[in-house]
Order: sequence, then C-alpha cells, then structure tokens
Amino acid sequence: MGEGIVLKYNVPGDDFTRAGEASGAVKSQLKQMQLSPDVVRRVAIAMYEGEINMVIHAEGGTIEVCITPEYIDMVLKDKGPGIPDVEKAMQAGYSTAPDNVRNLGFGAGMGLPNMKKYTDEMKVETTLGVGTTVTMRIYI
Amino acid sequence: MKVKDVIEQSGLELVNMGDNVDDEVGSVFCCDLLSVAMGKAPAGGAWITVMGNVNTLAVAALTETALIVLAEGSDLDDAAVAKASQQGITVLKSEKPVYETAKDIDILINA
Ligand SMILES: Nc1ncnc2c1ncn2[C@@H]1O[C@H](COP(=O)(O)OP(=O)(O)OP(=O)(O)O)[C@@H](O)[C@H]1O
Ligand SMILES: [Mg+2]
Repeated sequence: MGEGIVLKYNVPGDDFTRAGEASGAVKSQLKQMQLSPDVVRRVAIAMYEGEINMVIHAEGGTIEVCITPEYIDMVLKDKGPGIPDVEKAMQAGYSTAPDNVRNLGFGAGMGLPNMKKYTDEMKVETTLGVGTTVTMRIYI
Repeated sequence: MKVKDVIEQSGLELVNMGDNVDDEVGSVFCCDLLSVAMGKAPAGGAWITVMGNVNTLAVAALTETALIVLAEGSDLDDAAVAKASQQGITVLKSEKPVYETAKDIDILINA
C-alpha cells in the first residue's frame, strides 16, 4: 500500500445486521473529502460486495483501505474456505450462497462481477482451506 | 418531486421518515436481488422491493436511493426498522404488487 490515509476494519462473520458498516464508514469519509460522487459510489459498491462476501462465505475478515491523492486501494482479507475456481466465481450468476442467505436477497452471483466492473484493478488471491485476499484499486 | 411530496401524495403507509425528505426523487427502480440492486439502483431513485431486511437498507444507503417502497404488503423486520431510523432512510409500504406500486410512483413523480 502506498502513502495516504489508512483505514482498518474488522468484519465479523455471519452478522448481517452489521454487514455494510465498514463500507458505510468509508463512504462517509470519502464524501467528507469531497471526492466525486462517481468515485464514492464505485468504492461503496465494490467494498460492500467484498464485505458481504466475507460475512456470507468466509466467516468474516479484515479490510484495509488506503486513500491517496491518485487512487483508493481496498484489501479484503479472510481466513475462509478459499475459492476453488476463481474464474467460475467471477462469472455473472455463479453462486454457492445457501438458501438462508438467498432468502435475504443474496445469491444473484453478481457480487464479484460488480467488484470487477466498478474498480480499475482487481486481484483475487485464494488458497483452499487458508483464505482469500481481494485487492481492488479505483483511480480518482 | 421531493421525497416529502411522495410521502404526502402517494397515500402509502409511512414506515420510516428519513432525514432526506427534501431530496428529489428522479426515477423508479425495481429489484429484489441485492447485488443486482447494488450495481444498478440509481442515486435518487425510488426502489420498489419485497425484501425488508437490514441488507436492503444497507444497499439503499450505499447507493443513495431516495426512498424504499415495500410492495406486496411486505414489512421491515425489527432489525431493519432500527436500521432505517438510525440511517435516516425513508421507507413506505404498499399493499399492491411490485408493478402497480412502481407504476403509481412513476406517474406521481412525473405528474
Ligand atoms: N471471500 C470468499 N470466500 C470464499 N468464497 C467466496 C468468497 N467470495 C466469493 N466466494 C465464492 O464466489 C461465489 C460468487 O460470489 P459473488 O459475490 O459473485 O456471488 P454471491 O455472493 O454468491 O451472490 P451475490 O453477491 O450476488 O449476493 C460465491 O457464491 C462463493 O462461492
Ligand atoms: Mg456476493
């Protein structure tokens, strides 16, 4: 991560009432810094999808956001089960979400595609049984 | 049309009065799948959905949706009521199906 403002969050697993708090906090911060509404929206979308994925699929994790004058980096790290086939997981419509979270409106299989679409750079590093790290960058 | 005018003129039940009542409502959006809504819900839109849980509110807040209209008589659950008031999100409720609810709001904001 480069120089800039660094924000860190702990995302508890399986707590849907709190999911979105970290993304909401970052969004408020970016608005306060008067970044363009488009950048704020893209960061909010990408980060929320990553955050909620950690809650649903990986029992929570940590998020580090770094805000520099040129870009915003988001690193989402979890110790979940990992993703067996990243290419497949990135496809629109692919989801292994269980019924209980589908009933809440999740499971369209659009989270990772949204993250890809709304960021300028995205990298998924994953090891089965060890965890997943998603790194995203949005240029300002 | 402003959020407060939609509240007054739609005749729908007010579930939560948000802190954005002077914002403009520019369009109508229908969807129940959260990550589809996350990617597509327009800022300043009226979002018609049957999903009344905390995640709906989180998505509405992040996308800057102007107001949520729960269709088909669906309700916010208790955690969602708390979140709506804490986040200042306007929520209305309609007994009609999604399409009719959306049509009514569309006609109202474009009148
Ligand atoms: N952090 C993660 N750890 C383990 N598996 C993951 C993680 N993130 C995503 N996945 C896997 O990738 C799949 C696709 O993720 P994606 O976010 O696109 O869809 P979804 O979460 O299933 O549904 P949606 O995001 O549309 O509500 C998931 O169903 C899951 O199998
Ligand atoms: Mg997802």
